[in-house]
Amino acid sequence: MPPIEMNLTARIRKNLSASFTLDVDFSVPAGITILFGASGAGKTTVLRCLAGLLPPDEGLIAVGSDVLFDSARALDLPVPRRRIAYVSQNLALFPHLSVTQNVQYGLASFDEPSRHERALSILESFRIAHLSGRKPPQLSGGERQRVALARSLVTDPRLLLLDEPLSALDHLTSSQIIGDLRAWNATHGIPILYVTHSHREVFALGERVVVLQNGRIVAEGLPLEVLDSPSLELVAQLAGFENFFDATVLSLDKNSGIMHCRLDGANLELEVPLTRAQPGAAVRLAIRAGDIIIATQQPAGLSARNILPGTIASLVREGSLMSVHVDAGARFEVHVTPRACESLSLHTGSRVWLVIKTHSCQVVSGPAAFDPGLARS
Amino acid sequence: MNWPAIALSIKLAALVCAILVILGMPIAYWVAFSRWRWKFIVESVVALPLVLPPTVLGFYILVALGARSPLGRFWQAFFGHGLAFTFEALVVASVIYSLPFAVQPMASAFSLVDPQLMEASSILGAFRLRTFFRVVLPLSLTGVVTGAVLSFAHTLGEFGVVLMVGGNIPGVTRTASIAIYDEVEALNYSAANQTALALLLLSFAVLSIVYALNRRIWTVWPSKR
Repeated sequence: MPPIEMNLTARIRKNLSASFTLDVDFSVPAGITILFGASGAGKTTVLRCLAGLLPPDEGLIAVGSDVLFDSARALDLPVPRRRIAYVSQNLALFPHLSVTQNVQYGLASFDEPSRHERALSILESFRIAHLSGRKPPQLSGGERQRVALARSLVTDPRLLLLDEPLSALDHLTSSQIIGDLRAWNATHGIPILYVTHSHREVFALGERVVVLQNGRIVAEGLPLEVLDSPSLELVAQLAGFENFFDATVLSLDKNSGIMHCRLDGANLELEVPLTRAQPGAAVRLAIRAGDIIIATQQPAGLSARNILPGTIASLVREGSLMSVHVDAGARFEVHVTPRACESLSLHTGSRVWLVIKTHSCQVVSGPAAFDPGLARS
Repeated sequence: MNWPAIALSIKLAALVCAILVILGMPIAYWVAFSRWRWKFIVESVVALPLVLPPTVLGFYILVALGARSPLGRFWQAFFGHGLAFTFEALVVASVIYSLPFAVQPMASAFSLVDPQLMEASSILGAFRLRTFFRVVLPLSLTGVVTGAVLSFAHTLGEFGVVLMVGGNIPGVTRTASIAIYDEVEALNYSAANQTALALLLLSFAVLSIVYALNRRIWTVWPSKR
């Protein structure tokens, strides 16, 4: 259990334009916290204020008992003194320096032997020791990401800020990097603020999530709590998932990379992507309403493995789409276009079949369920 | 061929080039990164030698260095002789005259360095001076070399300012370009030709270095960010 003094507390007010004011007040313990929100919600601005690159108009920023910024006392610790690591989206590796020189950049205050030793140890933690002599242009995206993390973390920062660092990487690479980051933080226990607008990453990484909209925090808590809370439709929309089901794992099929789950409280089975779970384990499934297909006749000859008979309980027009609620043992929300609704003459009480691809079912029971080696989506 | 004049020209150009590298970098850094609203005034002043007739510049430098100016009096009291019509006066005048040729390519190169790299350096604990020497300078080395070479070449070829400020004292202020003028005045065309050819080849060699290093030469002021 990391000491409670490591908490990041931040109260930031920053007027960026006539129509946009950032106004947030939050506290973040050690571990990964997702800062989640749509583009333009103010996520990057929060990070820049924390790092000291952008002065807040008013507020207080502290890590543990160390105050980094306090407008009331006119205190503003200069950026080089903040001991905050910040990995931006483009990584900002120094192109003229080798991997080792990049990693040693922040160690100017150490003598040569300990610089060397620290750099070597972090390069090994992030599995990039073999790249030490190369320059950034000669590295792959994932390797560059690892170098950027190593360069930031070798300085023993008290806070790590990550601005969508993995958005350009494929799923497997990014989750391996996250695994190494978690391993590193298991011994260091610093708060990590991870900015993303990808809901996949929220489920995959988040121990906590802070949701930002228009410069304000609209929700915070555990990812599932936050996304599940009925008062937070906005969050669910941001997350892009309309359907959540508690389920129990029935059987695993490691060869095909799938498993079967039974939805709790319903006599319904779904085939879903394999995760590291044992039969009998409780999992949570998330399915986007837009990923479900409605058929008016029992479909045959489809690759989709989940075909569920049901009855339409309601049809509501929501902007440019129809939200169809289907009772198929459990209640599914399905999005179709109004044209599709018309041509299939869907109406309340229609008998329909729901078609759901295996990989449209997201297993979201928390970080432990996320294993890239098994669950490739 | 007038070797003393050519040697003097090279000595002057090398000294001015060295001074301008040291003096030009901080000015270029300021020009590239300052957000001061009146920055354009400084930019204009630095660029003035590009458009002023050398006689105008030479005249004012002469006045500023003369025996009645504060600088001239200070020099007289300190060194026991006046500043005007000395080699030192040539150096001062040439530094001013060649300033834009050093500052512009440097400022242009500095401003092309990705600001996120400078932020990253700062976040990693480096203050501005270290960021400059470890990140900005290595990434804009061609701009700095271009500035140095251009100021060397430009000093090598100057005429009007040297004549105004230095007079025409053999071995002291008679540079190659002035020697050529003298030879032509005296109708010694072949001697003029020899010196002129030497100067031509030297300038060509120097400029070839710049073009080989960097094709974005004769830069304008860096674009505003």
